[in-house]
Amino acid sequence: MIWQLDLILLLLVLITGIAALSVRDLLSSAIILGAYSFLMCLLWTEMGAVDVAFTEATVGAGVSTVFFVAAIYHTTRRTKD
Amino acid sequence: MRQFLGFLVTMVTAALLIYSTPEMPGWGDPNSPASTHVSPRYIEKADEETHTPNIVTAVLADYRGYDTMGETMVVFVAGIGCIMLLRRRQHK
Amino acid sequence: MIRRNDDLIIETLARLLIPFIQAFALYVLFLGHYSPGGGFQGGVLVAASLILLIIAFDLEKTTKRFSEKFNVICNGGGVFIYAGIGLLCILLGGNLLDYSVLSKILPVGPEEARALGILGVEIGVEITVAACLVSIFIDLAANGEN
Repeated sequence: MIWQLDLILLLLVLITGIAALSVRDLLSSAIILGAYSFLMCLLWTEMGAVDVAFTEATVGAGVSTVFFVAAIYHTTRRTKD
Repeated sequence: MRQFLGFLVTMVTAALLIYSTPEMPGWGDPNSPASTHVSPRYIEKADEETHTPNIVTAVLADYRGYDTMGETMVVFVAGIGCIMLLRRRQHK
Repeated sequence: MIRRNDDLIIETLARLLIPFIQAFALYVLFLGHYSPGGGFQGGVLVAASLILLIIAFDLEKTTKRFSEKFNVICNGGGVFIYAGIGLLCILLGGNLLDYSVLSKILPVGPEEARALGILGVEIGVEITVAACLVSIFIDLAANGEN
């Protein structure tokens, strides 16, 4: 466990999490959420939980982003608030 | 006013969470309650009892197999629910 | 949403990629005993390859090969395999999901029978997860047109 790498990854997780909440375009929000999942996957790999990291990389960064994009395609792309 | 109240509740919750975090056991602590109860038995016996070197798979599908069966049923019920909600048949 | 667009680059890339993704999914499933992986991750990879097939080609062509009726049968069949192995253990005189009694019908010892029981259970999980994710994507993409 290298604390410098940990600090950089946790800061990036925080930045992508706040950005996914605050951005106005829902498509960008879905893509940023995929980046967030990938950073969480890197964090779990670095902590030694490789099985959880594999699940996060396939489900969080792969399939759920596709589902979000398919749902946004049928609804609106702008948020109301 | 409502925004300020929500901000106050969020800050109090965050302060309580941060205050209680140092009481938790350290990362990978061998004396923490999670790694003294049943973990040593699984680590010692899993390979010779199940011939599965990956202890995660052995615990997930053999020692805690009933739990994974419930998880599979949750996935199945979620798929059936999505079909019932989203699929619209054309009435001819 | 998904219509045929006759893009040569996308179709050729999808044709090249899909067999390798499915072979890697089977690798993840069978190497789950020795390395990270297992039924859930392999099922998601199979579903990802089928979703890539739907995106690169059109929906009708894919549902002709992998019909929705077969999809629902796979969805329940995985749970059936899992619970069937558990019930088979009861019928052979053990507890629910106690795979060591499977050595009575398999030509191996009780330890190898437990490894084979884990493998059978993981196959059931893989089938259920793959069929569930593909059916959700088909219903999202078709928008009630099927």
